[in-house]
Amino acid sequence: MMSTGAYYIPHKATWPIAAVAGMVVTLAGFANYLNGNAAGSTFMILGLVIFILMLAGWFTMQANESESGMYNHHVGISYRMGMMWFIFSEIMFFAVFFGTLWFTRNLSLDWLAGIGDGPGRSSGMLWPAFDYVWPTNGPGNVGGEFEPMGALGLPLLNTLILLSSGLTCTWAHHGLLAKNRTELIRGLAATVTLGFLFVAFQAIEYQEAYHEMGLTLGSGIYGSTFFMLTGFHGAHVCIGAIMLTVVLFRSWKGHFTPENHFVFEAAAWYWHFVDVVWLGLFIFVYLL
Amino acid sequence: MSAVVAEHEHDDHHDHGPEKGFLRWIITTNHKDIGTLYLVFALAMFFVGGSMALIIRAELFEPGMQFVSPQFFNSMTTMHALVMVFGAVMPAFVGFANWQIPLMIGAPDMALPRMNNMSFWLLVAGILMLASTLFMEGGAPASGWTLYPPLVLQTGAALPFAIFSVHLLGISSIMGAINIIATIFNMRAPKMTLMKMPLFVWTWLITAFLLIAIMPVFAGAVTMLLTDRFFDTSFFDAAGGGDPVLYQHIFWFFGHPEVYVMILPTFGIASTIIPVFARKPLFGYSSMVYATAAIAFLSFIVWAHHMFTVGMPMAGELYFMYATMLIAIPTGVKIFNWTATMWEGSMTFETPMLFSIAFVVLFTLGGFTGLMMALAPVDFQYHDTYFIVAHFHYTLVPASVFIIMAGAYFWVPKWTGHMYDERLARFHFWLSAISVNILFFPQHFLGLAGMPRRIPDYAVQFADWNMVSSIGAFIFGFSQLLFVYIMYKTVKGGTGEKVSDEVWEDAHKHSLEWSLPSPVPYHTFDTPPEKIPTEHF
Repeated sequence: MMSTGAYYIPHKATWPIAAVAGMVVTLAGFANYLNGNAAGSTFMILGLVIFILMLAGWFTMQANESESGMYNHHVGISYRMGMMWFIFSEIMFFAVFFGTLWFTRNLSLDWLAGIGDGPGRSSGMLWPAFDYVWPTNGPGNVGGEFEPMGALGLPLLNTLILLSSGLTCTWAHHGLLAKNRTELIRGLAATVTLGFLFVAFQAIEYQEAYHEMGLTLGSGIYGSTFFMLTGFHGAHVCIGAIMLTVVLFRSWKGHFTPENHFVFEAAAWYWHFVDVVWLGLFIFVYLL
Repeated sequence: MSAVVAEHEHDDHHDHGPEKGFLRWIITTNHKDIGTLYLVFALAMFFVGGSMALIIRAELFEPGMQFVSPQFFNSMTTMHALVMVFGAVMPAFVGFANWQIPLMIGAPDMALPRMNNMSFWLLVAGILMLASTLFMEGGAPASGWTLYPPLVLQTGAALPFAIFSVHLLGISSIMGAINIIATIFNMRAPKMTLMKMPLFVWTWLITAFLLIAIMPVFAGAVTMLLTDRFFDTSFFDAAGGGDPVLYQHIFWFFGHPEVYVMILPTFGIASTIIPVFARKPLFGYSSMVYATAAIAFLSFIVWAHHMFTVGMPMAGELYFMYATMLIAIPTGVKIFNWTATMWEGSMTFETPMLFSIAFVVLFTLGGFTGLMMALAPVDFQYHDTYFIVAHFHYTLVPASVFIIMAGAYFWVPKWTGHMYDERLARFHFWLSAISVNILFFPQHFLGLAGMPRRIPDYAVQFADWNMVSSIGAFIFGFSQLLFVYIMYKTVKGGTGEKVSDEVWEDAHKHSLEWSLPSPVPYHTFDTPPEKIPTEHF
């Protein structure tokens, strides 16, 4: 049935309950903060600390178990399936925001401008003077005048950065398979650096949007979709870069073999996923 | 961490029992323990959600305002739905999945046991956070479980808590679903090919895919509610170029597959129980698998039939009407297959079978009213009336809930080694089956006569049937205490006689778990079984 040894089944788990505690305290704190309670942010930070400690503890445990050979090929398949379907759920999460962009740009804004049979006839009566031209902040001019984000400049540079980080990631994988640890570490270090460089440029772009272009999260549907899509993507780049940093440290410590390196693969898949999402963003948010 | 590789202690593996004391339940990774936790939690939430339903029915017992304020009434309809969907029905099926999938496919445990523990406790955390909104300034959400903007954005302090509870419940469901997929694909006994899996395993595999696809969608939708309320976005605000109808599209893209998440495992358990008591193989095994997959696929392309009156273009109305009617085909395949399984069978009518037969009959009724509402022009009359309430309660209570009861009676002798009290259990069945119809059947009449849902008061011409419905509700609700009593007694020793390994006559021909000892040991299938049953061919 199995290639080597039995399927590893842990007999107890203490980190999951810590993870749940961390998440609940963070979210309850955040909710209180949103409701204007002063203590909210304190609890939020406390929850995040619990969560980060949990991650460190759980990852260390998994790394030790993996290095002591407790996971056979069969366990590795379960982990890979887990990661694969997790990424699929993330794709569906982004699909919501891409779908929102599509629906508003192609359907509901037309209707709001009185175009089309059916909903157009009734919605058009709300703001008879509204003419729909993308980008828009709606008939209410919500958030005031703004300048839309262009595709050239920083966004194009960021596209190149993220695409090359995909290459360096594959280079690192090649190094791992060829038992060339220097190549593995250099490739990973380059990927992580490019990843954080991307986030830094994104931060500069947001600064410009807020302070020079009048473009904010409150700039109607354009601002909402722009910042929600790029913001969630940026957060995912951070998560991916942190995962790759962990992989980098483990590579330094001499972990991973050509046969046993699930975490590397998981982080690499995740990285390619954020890469592809960015391509979608660059086309549908910046270019079109 | 007791980081012991199973192979190192293989010889005395069966000696490794559960942890001692209360801590066992918090840190457990055992699929049977986690299954028990899910089932007990679901039962508790069934009574919490049920109490809310009884508050609703008490208020509607007669016209006029009796007990609660309109705001609280609407909180009750909202919370009743959310607690029943996310706290009772879904966790009950996950509980069965945890207990049964490893036993049915010959696996030593779930594929990712630590994550299994985490999904359960995230569920508890999510439901607690949701329940906490009842005690907040401005009350619990009162917008209906659909949380439509702009109404839901008027919720008081509860709004961010309700939204975050949806996030927690979503993460919990996704983790549970990933675990089930990895278990089914990676942990089957060598001879357990996909088309030899019991139908319960098949339906859960397909349900798990639905969950991974839809829970992130709901999470995205409520995240936009959060930013619309707190961070100035305009997703659902026409002044900023957004559209509140967009929320309804996203919600029902999640919501329609979501209701199938609650019915597909129901189909699976019914397909498991009926052949055992008809003493025949399941009729049309492969067509059952394909019908389940077809229903799951269709569930993604029919969502806007929940929104026929919202003002869609004509093409949308027509498309969603015809697509919805297609669902009747694979569902019909299933109903006919169950009937054909019973045809000329040597049937006996133990409690699990009684509940299953009631399910086939009453679910068909709920399905037919669904077909009526699929017709867009006709739905204009039914929309937002008690007819809808009657329809989906027929598909959820005498279908999903009855099958959960059936599954509990069916498997509890295997799990505990004790037989439940058959006489009491049949009494529980007849009480439930009769009262559930007193409860929900009159709601069809009310709806057709035009009584709107989610309103605490009504015109006097609706008084009689509302009173009948409320009486049915209280009989049904209190009958379920009998279920708790029967289950408690069974766990504590049941009728006293020890049940055989197969429990039900020739059950071992249908599925793997019946060849294990009763009660099932704490660890099973440390080595995969050599032979698997092939009865369902």
